[in-house]
Formats: sequence, C-alpha cells, structure tokens
Amino acid sequence: MRELINWIADPIRSFPIFTILFFLMLKHYRVVGTKKFAWIAFLLSIPTFFWFAADPNFFLIITTPDNIPISILIILITFLTWFALYQCAVNDARLEQGLTPMEGTPENREKVWTWPNLVYTELFAIIAGTVFLIVWAIIFKAPLEEPANPTWAPNPAKAPWYFLGLQEMLVYFDPWMAGVVLPGVIVVGLIAIPYIDTNPKGNGYYTFMERKMAMTFFLFGWLALWIYLIIVGTFLRGPNWTFYGPFEFWDLHKVVAAYNVNLSEFFWIKGLGRAMPKNLLLRESVGIILSLGYMFGLPPLIARTKWGMSIIEKTGKVRFYILIGLVLLMGSLPIKMFLRWLFSLKYIVALPEWELNL
Amino acid sequence: MAEKGLAEKVAETQIWKSIFRHGPPNNARNRAAVVAGNVFLHLHPIKLKKSGVKLGYTWCMGGLTFFIFLALTVTGVLLMFYYRPTAEYAFNDIIALREHVPLGIMREIHRWGAHAMVITVWLHMFRVFMTGSYKPPREFNWGIGVILLVLTLLLSFTGYLLPWDQLAIWAITVGSNMAKATPFAGHGGPGAMLAQIGDFVMVSDKNDVRFQLLAGRFVGEPALLRFYILHCVFIPCVVGVLIAVHFWRVRKDGGISAPL
Repeated sequence: MRELINWIADPIRSFPIFTILFFLMLKHYRVVGTKKFAWIAFLLSIPTFFWFAADPNFFLIITTPDNIPISILIILITFLTWFALYQCAVNDARLEQGLTPMEGTPENREKVWTWPNLVYTELFAIIAGTVFLIVWAIIFKAPLEEPANPTWAPNPAKAPWYFLGLQEMLVYFDPWMAGVVLPGVIVVGLIAIPYIDTNPKGNGYYTFMERKMAMTFFLFGWLALWIYLIIVGTFLRGPNWTFYGPFEFWDLHKVVAAYNVNLSEFFWIKGLGRAMPKNLLLRESVGIILSLGYMFGLPPLIARTKWGMSIIEKTGKVRFYILIGLVLLMGSLPIKMFLRWLFSLKYIVALPEWELNL
Repeated sequence: MAEKGLAEKVAETQIWKSIFRHGPPNNARNRAAVVAGNVFLHLHPIKLKKSGVKLGYTWCMGGLTFFIFLALTVTGVLLMFYYRPTAEYAFNDIIALREHVPLGIMREIHRWGAHAMVITVWLHMFRVFMTGSYKPPREFNWGIGVILLVLTLLLSFTGYLLPWDQLAIWAITVGSNMAKATPFAGHGGPGAMLAQIGDFVMVSDKNDVRFQLLAGRFVGEPALLRFYILHCVFIPCVVGVLIAVHFWRVRKDGGISAPL
C-alpha cells in the first residue's frame, strides 16, 4: 500500500490526478460545497493522517520546523476552498430562485456600529493571533544549522518554501523562464485581472455560477500550479532534486534514468535520420516555429472560434489578446510537463549557445 | 456596585477626560466619537454593513496580515538590539540570543510570524478573488495588494539570510542564482551576449542584476549588509506607505465589498 502511494505521488501521476480531481470539484461544486461532504471528508482524513504519520519517513519530513507552515497552509487552503465553494453553492441556489445572495439580504445590508461590532472582533483576532504565535514559538525552536560555509553546499539546497513552486518549475524550464519571466508574468497577470475581467456580476459575494471562467483560470493557477508545486517541491524532492515518495527514505544514491532529448534531435536525427545542421536557427527552426506559433499564431485562431468571438464581443480585442497571452503562458507549464513525461522532451528550443532554452 | 462607582469616578477625572474627550461608548454619539476621534480607530468607518463584519465573509485574513506585520515590526526591533550584520558576528549573535537571553522567544515569534504572514497574505488574496472584490471600483487597490504580496515575499526572503547559517546562505544562493538568468540583464540569461562590443562584455558577473542584488558575485558579507538594510529599513518603509494607501483606498472605494 505504501509502495502504491509512493508510486502515485510522483508528479507524472499525481499532477494529472490532481488536475482531474480539481475539475471534478468545480464541476460538482454543489456536491462538494455541502456540509455533509465536508464532514465525510474530514472524518476520512483523520485516520488517513494518522496512518500516514505512523511512517517514520513521512513523520520526519512534516515535523521539520520550517515545513510546519506548509502543513498549516495545506489544512487552511483545503478548508477555505471548501468553505468558499460552500458559500458559492448556497448563493447560487439563492440566485437561481431569483433571491439576492446571502450578503445582500436586508438584514446583512443593515449598518451596524463599528464600536463594538468590528472593534471587538478585531480585539479577539489580535488576542488569538498573539496566543497562537507565542504557543507556536514556545513549542518549536527556530531552526539554526551549521554556520555559513560557502565551500560546502547542502544537498538538496532549497529556496524558502514559498518559492519552491518556482524551484520546482526549474525541472521543466530554464532559470530565465522559471525564475524571471514566469514570476514576472504572474505578478503582471494578477494586477491585470480586474482590467481583463469585465464581468460585472459576482462583485462582493461568493458565486461560482456567475463567473465560472474567471474562477476556473484563477483557481487552476492558484491550486494546481502554485500550491501543488510547492507541496511537491517541499515534501517530495530530495537530494539532487530527485523525486522521493512520501514514505521513501531520502537515499543519496537513488539513481534516476535521465535521457531527455531536445526537439531538434527528435526532428533531425530520429525523424529525418540526418545529422544536425550547423546553422543554429535552422537546427532549432521547428521549435522556434512551434513556439512562435503557440504565442502568436494560436491567439488569432482562438479569436475565430465561437468562444473567442463571444469574449471579444463582451470585452473587446485588447482584453481578449491579453487574456489569451496570459492563459497561454500559464498553460505552457502543464504543456511542458506533459511533453516531458510523455516524450522525455527536454527543450523545445535548445540554444545553449545563446542561453536561450525553452 | 462599588467597583462600577469607581469606574465612573475615573471616567470623570480630568486625566481621563483629557485623553478620551468623550464618555464611554454606550450610546450612539459616543460610539461615533470613539471611532472618529481616535487616530488608530479612525481607519474604520463609523458604521459598516453587517455582511462586512462577518468572519465567514472576510476570513479576517487582511486584518491578521496587518496584525502580524505589526508583531514582526516589534519583535524585529527587539532582535536588532542583539544582532550585528557582519560575517564575523551574525551567526554568533544568533547563538548568543538563543543561549543567553532568558525566556527568549522573539526570534521564534519573528520567524514563525514571517511564515504566517506569507500564508495570511495569500489567503487574503484568495478570499478577495473568491468574492470578486477586485471588481470596480476596487481595481487599483487590488493592484496595490499584489505589490504588497510581492513585498511580503521579498521581506521574508531578505530576512532568511540574516541568521547566516547553512540554510540561510544556500537558500539565498538558490534564489539569487535566478537573477543571473534575467534576460538581457543577467550574465547567464538570454540576450546578455548581444550586449558585447568586440571584447568588451557589457553584462558580466561583475555588473549584472545578481551583482547588484548581492553586492558581489556570491552570497558574502556585502550581501549580508545589503539584505539587512533591505529587510530592516527599505522594504518595511515601502510596505508601510503602501499599507496606508491600501487602507485609505479600502475606505474610499466604499469599504469592505458587498453586493451592489
């Protein structure tokens, strides 16, 4: 059984499973967003957790002091995702009946005094927060390792946990993409959200029905491409950034076959049975055409589809092309992941001479 | 009854009246006065919609983020009394902090608080997205919030180096090596080789963005000083200003979001 879970946890299998579960969750959010579902999931998760924690390797990694925040994060996100969907389900049922969402009932629109209604809540939050931090600080000592030694690198050398999603992307992309371009795109994309999403509905209340597309894109990026990768990067990556299952000992000598091949090698050597051309641009022409086609050829084609035309009609051309650009950049990560897993593809464009690998 | 009499007496003294200017907040006039007249409480409106007070709606994550920011400022200032940002002293000062300061949990609160703030900021953004609160008229404030999120990560990242242990320098090495690959501006990134005139290399490891970040080609003492100042002075000041803008705009954009 533990062998099986180790086997499933490998991103090759766990990412597709996570993605499928994610879309099932959104499709059936009214089933997920019920108290009954939450109780069943909660009751099932408790024995599962203890069974997991009984394993020494798993126990070791979750009780590493710097990993505790991630465990807290996972629990909070699981609960809050359910809680948000629950409120979406309640509101959507109300909206279907022609009622206002919960937040808009006359009772909730009523104005109340800040003192005492809000001030006391804040006071309670401050006290609870202080107690929580003090208890946490007393139980767990802040970690301190050997003094800094620039000549001896630990293995694995990991970035702080909140950047491990980016470090995990390094498996699939070179640093200029995973460390610079994609984080930049995330920040710019987040800031752009309110200017792209012109849907006036769902402003100030929980609803899924009225903003399905916006929520699907955002939640996929947030849960599958950010949180999931952090979990993998923290718990499942050991020495040499090799994959280790949750119950697996971090054995330094684990050997993983690495035989990743570039697209240009596929094309010239395996496909045409010829030597690679000397000219760099000719050598990588297939990858360059594919990449440019993906970023610049695909959007006009999508604009002609029924879906694309409806978006353009609603939001205009500029917003549509920015949206598609961001979505394609976001999609480049799962695409690259699947290409790696299915074809052991290393780079689509491999120009190490120019430090330009895609 | 005797105690209540005392409280009333205190409320009538000249000192009490000079501080609060109004009676206890048990009637409408005083409840308005206490919020409007207090420099800390006047961040709030005097009245607000009931839906905006409910924890189920707000998750309290924005408020907790601000609380943790304040807690980190206080514990951070206390830690600065014990810490010198040099390669010679930094690690030993942390050891001394651990060994010789009685009941010392300030470093623990600071470290766990830093992790907690990253979590609460993310969850705050999650909630704001789920309630569609970035929609007009709050688009600009969402953008301010995204920048605050990035600054929170940078605060945490710069602080990670300060203990000057193996965990610190190698985590920062991994992180800052990314900067090396910045297109056109890092010596290991695409486009850097275009900026070369004859034998003269314009973007090298002696002047690229990683060099500017670390004040050197590797994580050494100059990087420690640079991160210390970024962590303790520069980024907190920027964050402070942006928090003020963020809160101001929450009020000006109509308070906590609610159905239109």
